[in-house]
Amino acid sequence: MEPDVDHPPEPPRSVIHPLTVRIGHWINAFAILIMILSGWRIYDASPLFNFEFPHGLTLGGWLAGALQWHFAAMWLLVINGVVYVLYGIFSGHYRRSFFPLTPRTLAQEFGNVLRGRLSHRLGTYNAIQKLAYVVVILLGVVLVLSGLSIWKPVQFQGLAALLGGYEGARLVHFFAMAGVVGFIVVHLALVILVPRTLPPMFTGRAPRDAALPEGES
Amino acid sequence: MKKPPSRYTALATVPPKQIQLIERRLFLKHSLSLGALALLTGCDVTNVDAVQKTLWTMSKWNDRVQGWLFNPDKLAPVYPESAITRPFPFNAYYDEDEVPRVDAAKYRLALGGLIRDKKPWTLPQLYALPQVSQITRHVCVEGWSAIGKWSGVPFRHFLERVGADLSAKYVGFRCLDDYYTSIDMATALHPQTQLTFRYADEILPARYGFPMKLRIPTKLGFKNPKHIAEIFVTNVYPGGYWEDMGYNWFSGL
Repeated sequence: MEPDVDHPPEPPRSVIHPLTVRIGHWINAFAILIMILSGWRIYDASPLFNFEFPHGLTLGGWLAGALQWHFAAMWLLVINGVVYVLYGIFSGHYRRSFFPLTPRTLAQEFGNVLRGRLSHRLGTYNAIQKLAYVVVILLGVVLVLSGLSIWKPVQFQGLAALLGGYEGARLVHFFAMAGVVGFIVVHLALVILVPRTLPPMFTGRAPRDAALPEGES
Repeated sequence: MKKPPSRYTALATVPPKQIQLIERRLFLKHSLSLGALALLTGCDVTNVDAVQKTLWTMSKWNDRVQGWLFNPDKLAPVYPESAITRPFPFNAYYDEDEVPRVDAAKYRLALGGLIRDKKPWTLPQLYALPQVSQITRHVCVEGWSAIGKWSGVPFRHFLERVGADLSAKYVGFRCLDDYYTSIDMATALHPQTQLTFRYADEILPARYGFPMKLRIPTKLGFKNPKHIAEIFVTNVYPGGYWEDMGYNWFSGL
């Protein structure tokens, strides 16, 4: 089908995910996977709640191994995260992709979801997607700060006190992890439901027929 | 009308077959990375030599970072008596019925390494040293924590008293339960690091480390040796029971 050149379906941006975002995304995916799986093994050494993560799902083999993974991958996660967040702020990537984000558009989009009408134009996020990305980035920040409080509750005792002390920081760290895991589950489920969102995460480019107007996709 | 340069038209000129190929390649690439991720789970990948080496190197790097982060003047938070955890948990690499029974009368604390006055100490001599108390949080490497009250002589005072070389790198401990560990000199000299003789105002019971432990509120619990038999000062890395198995050596809080 010839595209309607007078009314291009989308702003003709071929690269919908900038290279920095793509590289950052995959490094982050790798780092966060290690952090979560080793973190589950660390949790199991002294569970906060009445359950444990199946050891087969965890990383590290035993507590010492899990701690080694956790405190090695934290560097990857934090360095990559800092680069990504600084890039997001200063390149305007966050402003363009995640804002404006208003309660009205959120309510509207939520209504659409309830009616089973999902919009997913590649390269443009709907209000719920915007909110999800903003929240998961904030959860990442909370994870790092609560992690620092658990790792160094004496050196960073001011920070730890803000999070309810050492034991409070453990809870915050756990729930922030749970939030990120929840995000990842939905994120992957949507990639499976709409597989054409995946190639652009490698190539940066939207497939030819992907950028359909809202409602048609 | 002149066609504006559109990326979509450019893409439209790519034969569909080629796009399919590109997409298949991407799909394969993705499945490969999924496979690699699946391999990461379980303990197998941790036992690969190169992985082991990298993890140990990172742990050594984290030792250095923690050394820089350690502020020798920063005090661990202290708590009121009401915050003390009762009962305070027993913790060791063996069960509580295997706790060593130490004969107080025969006990001698041995000193070694870079220490000027190496004469052994009896318990009455140690008890005669000036003592202080602290109520601090013990944080276990497993994650749990408990608050307790410990009394003893500030370790710095003891090290100065016996003429230890305070410019040396490490202080090592050998214990009557065959445990051993070592700490950095900066932590040994921290004002809250304490050679402890009492728990909750009572002579340290066997399960908490009779006749003495080193209480370090700026380090994880396993860095607090109990039933100490010998203290030595050295510049040669002495390692430790858990540390040699892979737990981080500095383990500062």
